[in-house]
Amino acid sequence: MEARLQELKNEALGKIQAAQTVKELTDVRVAYLGKKGPITDVLKGMGKLPAEERPKMGALANEVRAEVTESLDAHMVILEEQAINEKLQSETIDISLPGRPAKAGNPHPLTRVVEEIEDLFLSMGYEIAEGPEVEKDYYNFEALNLPKGHPARDMQDSFYITEDILLRTHTSPVQARTMEAKGGEPIKIICPGKVYRRDNDDATHSHQFTQIEGLVVGEDIRMSDLKGTLSVFAKKMFGEEREIRLRPSFFPFTEPSVEMDISCFKCGGSGCNVCKKTGWIEILGAGMVHPNVLEMAGYDSKRLTGFAFGMGPERIAMLKYGIEDIRHFYTNDVRFLTQFQRTEL
Amino acid sequence: MLVSTKWLKEYVNTQELPPAELGEKITRAGIEVDAVIDRSEGLANLVVGYVTECVKHPEADKLSICQVDVGGGEIDQIICGAPNIAKGQSVIVARPGAKLPGGMKIKKAKLRGEVSNGMICSLQELGIESKLVPKSYAEGIYVLPEQAEPGTDVLSYLDLDDTVLELGLTPNRADAMSMLGVAYEVGAILEEDVRLPEIDYPEAAERAESLLSLEVDAPEANPLYVAKVVRNIQVKESPLWLQQRLMAAGVRPHNNVVDVTNYVLMEYGQPLHAFDYDSLGSGNITVRQAKEGEKITTLDDTERTLSAHQLVITNGTDPVALAGVMGGANSEVSDETTTVVIESAYFAADSVRRTSKDHNLRSDASSRFEKGVDPNRVIPAAERAAQLLAQLAGGEVLAGSLVSDHLDKQERIVKVSPDFINSRLGMKIRLEDMLDILSRLKFKTEAANNQLIIEVPTRRQDIQIEEDVVEEIARLYGYDEIPATLPRTDATSGGLSPYQAKRRIARHFLEGAGLLQATTYSLTSEAAATQFALEPTETTRLLMPMSEERSILRQSLLPHLLESLSYNTARRTDSAALYETGAVFLKGQDELLDEQEHLAIVMTGLWIDHSWQGEKKAVDFFVAKGIVEGLADKLGLELSFERGEMDGLHPGRTAFILLDGKRIGVIGALHPSEQKKRDLKETIVVELNLETLLARETEALVYTQVSRYPTISRDVALVLSKIVEAQTIEGVIRKAGGKLLKDVRVFDLYEGERMEEGKKSLAFSLKYFDPEKTLTDEEVNAVHEKIIHALTESGAELR
Ligand SMILES: [Zn+2]
Repeated sequence: MEARLQELKNEALGKIQAAQTVKELTDVRVAYLGKKGPITDVLKGMGKLPAEERPKMGALANEVRAEVTESLDAHMVILEEQAINEKLQSETIDISLPGRPAKAGNPHPLTRVVEEIEDLFLSMGYEIAEGPEVEKDYYNFEALNLPKGHPARDMQDSFYITEDILLRTHTSPVQARTMEAKGGEPIKIICPGKVYRRDNDDATHSHQFTQIEGLVVGEDIRMSDLKGTLSVFAKKMFGEEREIRLRPSFFPFTEPSVEMDISCFKCGGSGCNVCKKTGWIEILGAGMVHPNVLEMAGYDSKRLTGFAFGMGPERIAMLKYGIEDIRHFYTNDVRFLTQFQRTEL
Repeated sequence: MLVSTKWLKEYVNTQELPPAELGEKITRAGIEVDAVIDRSEGLANLVVGYVTECVKHPEADKLSICQVDVGGGEIDQIICGAPNIAKGQSVIVARPGAKLPGGMKIKKAKLRGEVSNGMICSLQELGIESKLVPKSYAEGIYVLPEQAEPGTDVLSYLDLDDTVLELGLTPNRADAMSMLGVAYEVGAILEEDVRLPEIDYPEAAERAESLLSLEVDAPEANPLYVAKVVRNIQVKESPLWLQQRLMAAGVRPHNNVVDVTNYVLMEYGQPLHAFDYDSLGSGNITVRQAKEGEKITTLDDTERTLSAHQLVITNGTDPVALAGVMGGANSEVSDETTTVVIESAYFAADSVRRTSKDHNLRSDASSRFEKGVDPNRVIPAAERAAQLLAQLAGGEVLAGSLVSDHLDKQERIVKVSPDFINSRLGMKIRLEDMLDILSRLKFKTEAANNQLIIEVPTRRQDIQIEEDVVEEIARLYGYDEIPATLPRTDATSGGLSPYQAKRRIARHFLEGAGLLQATTYSLTSEAAATQFALEPTETTRLLMPMSEERSILRQSLLPHLLESLSYNTARRTDSAALYETGAVFLKGQDELLDEQEHLAIVMTGLWIDHSWQGEKKAVDFFVAKGIVEGLADKLGLELSFERGEMDGLHPGRTAFILLDGKRIGVIGALHPSEQKKRDLKETIVVELNLETLLARETEALVYTQVSRYPTISRDVALVLSKIVEAQTIEGVIRKAGGKLLKDVRVFDLYEGERMEEGKKSLAFSLKYFDPEKTLTDEEVNAVHEKIIHALTESGAELR
């Protein structure tokens, strides 16, 4: 009986080592250790043994059983791992294939520029004011110190609808309306919007374009405040290294009036094709609010003063992104629009 | 305004500054120099030549063989093709090795067998614009008006060794529309004095009144009129220096009389007019309002019908000039003229502007009158013209002038305190610096009691109020000196309004959903103006559109967005999804239009294109509907959809979008014929009144406790008539389901061939839930039975 157990043990250990798969090994387990297996049979036959041999044989049988089990478990770990590896192997994918595209649209480049400017001024405590695109001559011109027949009206040929109603030629009427509505209170606003002028559309002209203007009215607002504000704007919008310079100019609604240049963001001032070799780029017009404009809106121009500035997002976008034709903003070519997807931060 | 720096030096010392540097200083002080034009650019090796002989080329009709004295005892043969070439002329010769603008180099050549040692030049070949070349030389070479030493360098002889500054004048700086005005500006910048022309000429014993009488019937429109009479003049070509100065200033030379009036216009900024005295025929000048319907033929050979508000100069009966705008052909100076009347006048700005606008006629004169000329230069300009006519046309100036004068020529006084100036600028400029600047500007100033009392010269009509003085001080002190500060206003909170914030949320949602933001034009054509309009009204048309395509204000964003889609598909971008927010313009109660902000979406082609994994889906109604529903969720709104029809949309695939039962938008597939017309495949459109959508106050967000009790699902599949809408069935289910029914969702639709004709199968997934406890099967079954009962009652068959 002892010899039979030894034989069984060697047989089982041999089959364990020979097993190639988890299934084969499981079969070995069932064959040798199962309830109908040979070791069990041997143990069942123990009844025929003399009583004094039984414990010895029982211990030996258990030993054999333990040894086979241990070997089987150890081999099982190896085979299982092998099986997993084979499965993983078969599941390998080509990770270079393209992913399922996530849906993503993006804002129009003009919105991108306008929002950047809006956000900058919002962070400085400004509000956003909006107004109608079809405007009264009064708000578009008269309230801005441009009475009928004023020579400066030639500067902006307008689309009239009736003698007194027109498509606004700038967003300044929003300033006039806001001042009128605020009834003498201090103001800090940004006015973005569409404007219209009688221009033939070409690479640099568009009968419809956008503007964004700012207005601050309060006690003791000075020209230096305008310069400081514009300087913050220029640095945030075009880079910390930007310098600004003011040049005298003329707008009927401001006095003094200035134009602001920034040091060229492409060449830094040494001269290139963006700045037309001057090192400076004209960005916006500005000035101290003309006392007539304040008075007409019901402000005491002796007590309150203000500054205003205005710029064209098209021009800024064209400079910033190197766009050569203003008509691109209005044709909505997908190949153009999708280029304004990514961040620049 | 074109300013010859060579001419400018006559009035002010420009300190030998290189023109570009001078230009930069002028720009920084306030008048923008748009261009610095070197008149000698590209020119080299040009000399004066004298034609000693000129014969026809034997082989070519149009060519002449000339022998030309080019100085230094050298006679060169030059072939010339100009019709006006002749023996005895002084001409411009480009010798071999010479350079002309455009990079042209002159070489020795043979023309039809004859040697040509260079070229005889026209002014155009020297880079002068054709419209500035005197008419007599427009078709040929330029003949120098005076004999000149052969071999003389042409650049200096023709004053082409000059640089012209092109000033971009703003409307307030009318004072700089003259050489003297620019001289004052440059003088103030460079701290130099201005030299005025010295006017001195012999007068005849006879007085002007003996030949001419003057009457001004409209002193308001014409507060000052001065007439001088010059006789025995000889009309001829002007001397070279005068012609060249005019050409440098952008004015075409004509004859000495016309040229003198133009020269004084450029020098003083005062428009003048010369009448042929004999053609007036009456010895009288009367200024009056025109008679309605009266006619005049102006110098541009155009007959013009006049209105009563227009001012005319007459000979006592007939108009001879449109005051301040243009002279009449009937009194034009000609070669036969011997006596001229010089008019120098002040015409009111609005009168000239109106007349010029009425006739769509703008001239150098009208553009100056419109902006206001200097009242104190009207008389000196007349004297200056008389002097030049005496000098250049041999004229005899009759003593005195005829003058009608009602014009206020007083200097304006502006008072401003130095503190005011500094407080407006945020600076601390010293009083003596302010006084220095004002004296450079030639503003007579008195400082007393902390106040500057400034006498503003009449040439500076733009200086009227304290702020104008602030600007003068600041621009000459230098804007670079202004410090940079920030407003010291009370802290304002600022920020977006709820409407503006929600508009951004809506935009970001749409972009996140995969739509590109587009921008289109507000102006459109009559046909497109009301197409797809939610609430079409009468259209609004521009008074003077640029084109029919852009003549009417749009009432829907869709037509232009669809154009953008077609634009893209025509360029092989087959799939595109765009959205736009913008105003539509409806006729309202107010005189202004009812502007409403709308949102529109257009999409065509593939919505999902991931074909290697078998995913490919074209846009359809439900893609767009999903976006609209998602947007509504984002905005906390509940929208409903109602089957509808709209021109241009597919009648079976269109729905109106409702908010609180009110129609606020439309969603639909483009009608197949509309698709074909626009060359588009299946295209879905949406338009919504964004204003209504965003104006709604959103409810506060309150969290609902997440329940620990489970949800139980039951499905129900129904066979229905095809025309029954899912939302109707959903309504039946919800009504019967009561409180325990938490959610109903369509999960399957089958309309295929296995269905009976006219039927479809629709399957719903129902979710039951009780926040208080776990539902038992019995409880769920009871409700579910009730629902099924209601469904069969309503005609649905259980599948
Ligand atoms: Zn540059």
